[in-house]
Amino acid sequence: MRAKKAANFFFFLLTCLGAGSLVFLTAGILVTLVVESQPGMERFGFIQFILSRDWNYAQEAFGALRPLTGTILAAVFAVILATPVAIGVAVFLTELCPAKIKGAIALAIELLAAIPSVIYGLWGLFVLAPFLEKYFQPIVGKIFGGLPWIGPYFQTQMAGGLNLVTAAMVLGVMILPFIASLAREGFAQVPEALKESAYGLGATCWETIVAVVWPTSQKAVLGGIIMASGRALGETMAVAYVIGNRHGALESLFSPYVTITSVIANEFNEAGPIQMSALFYLTLALFLANLIVLTVAKRLMRKS
Amino acid sequence: MKPHMGRIWRNRLALTLATCSALLGLALLFIILYDIIRHGLSSLNLELLTEDPAGPMGGGGLKGAFLGQGLLTLVATLVGAPLGVLAGTYIAEYGRDKKISKAFISLCDLAMSLPSIVVGIFVYSLLVKPFGGFNGWAGAAALAIIMIPLVTRTTETMLAMVPWTLREAALALGSSYSQVIIKIVYRKAASGILTGILLAIARVAGETAPLMFTSFNNNHFELALGKPVASVTVTVFQYAGSPYETWIDQAWAAALVVTVVVLLLNILGRLAVKWRF
Repeated sequence: MRAKKAANFFFFLLTCLGAGSLVFLTAGILVTLVVESQPGMERFGFIQFILSRDWNYAQEAFGALRPLTGTILAAVFAVILATPVAIGVAVFLTELCPAKIKGAIALAIELLAAIPSVIYGLWGLFVLAPFLEKYFQPIVGKIFGGLPWIGPYFQTQMAGGLNLVTAAMVLGVMILPFIASLAREGFAQVPEALKESAYGLGATCWETIVAVVWPTSQKAVLGGIIMASGRALGETMAVAYVIGNRHGALESLFSPYVTITSVIANEFNEAGPIQMSALFYLTLALFLANLIVLTVAKRLMRKS
Repeated sequence: MKPHMGRIWRNRLALTLATCSALLGLALLFIILYDIIRHGLSSLNLELLTEDPAGPMGGGGLKGAFLGQGLLTLVATLVGAPLGVLAGTYIAEYGRDKKISKAFISLCDLAMSLPSIVVGIFVYSLLVKPFGGFNGWAGAAALAIIMIPLVTRTTETMLAMVPWTLREAALALGSSYSQVIIKIVYRKAASGILTGILLAIARVAGETAPLMFTSFNNNHFELALGKPVASVTVTVFQYAGSPYETWIDQAWAAALVVTVVVLLLNILGRLAVKWRF
């Protein structure tokens, strides 16, 4: 009897150990990032670090403005590119697709998310980037390049196609299945009877989606989109290949640029002490950005 | 034109666009797979798996990288999967309906959403810097850390699906709670949990960012975890950035192998889910 009780308690302790590992790793990551970025924090401060354009190895002056801008822009563009397609996929799968091929198509779309990030990077670097430079950039440059004010932002730059737009496109492909599956989940929450009552009133499929499905599921779908932007913020290998990794001004959308993750991936192993601390500081910023995005997304999804 | 024709055409237009999106999604998958196969097949051969790396002049293979990645993933699974299952058990069984359970789920979601490069950097400060160099243990630990929340979440979901009455029946027969969990609940949820572990393995098997700062890479054949251990994904990253045609070709071939393995694991995992339910 005693042995049984001891075994019972021992197993309980084991599960506590497992749950404790979650605490250890999340708290550990936060504490480590704060501790390691201490020298950087002392040297650069917070506001100054965020607003500084510097990335100077000789003077050891490092600022987060450009990597931060690059990260946010790439993620936002990726979401803008991926969302319409992903919603289309979700509508197709929930409303149109014959049941027989539904599973196969859903699987194929989800496999897009399973391809490792480094493979996307390889593909982006050797296939997509040269293609975009040759066919896409000149066209965009011709159409928008002459516009006043915003024209220069569409001027093509010959950098092998390695730039912000290419990075956003690769990211867009990577988060497409993620948004699609979350949108599908949102759509699936809408009660069938609600949709049928709309059809019963003579609404078309599209009108049912606009008037019934969307209002009921919009919070879940928006939450999913925000969640996906969090993924895009932290995506590393694919972006590190195609962003071009140049610490310079963003003269055009087709300029090579930097993101937080690309800077870390390319510079971490050769960084000096202050630069290393600045990289930890950047990682801390990424961690916090991710935390905010996750919190907002979960709040939206819970409300639905 | 009849008044409702506008509505019908609007409907047709919207649904056509939705269908086009789905086709675009499929096309993207096939384009990417086609490019990987096209580039990868030309330099895919048996030597890639059985030979040590040669210089940029060509020839040689990535034996060490393939074995290294397998070893890192294996060690990560041996550590990460049990911890994940235990954490999931705590949340679904001991913490059921308690506030602490919700807190753990939030932590778990946070851990799941963390960019893998953040995990890599964390393990660098924890296991690389204090020990004076890149080592295989650190790489395996980074992969394990990515696995734990994934496995926790599926375990928790699967255990919650086991009917409560089943536990009550076993408890009424005089078993202790741990016996009930191990002998009844786990057995009922086994295939779901195993599928979750399989999908988690598929996820970490293609990871690069957490390995770059931990197990790094190694040109020499090395399976001792105390030293830097080569991995295919880091090698692909480094070779693709190199100026040598032969290395870039090898990167494509290695990428083909990684993609096929990861996609097969995924398909297997998803089919397993289907067979079960």
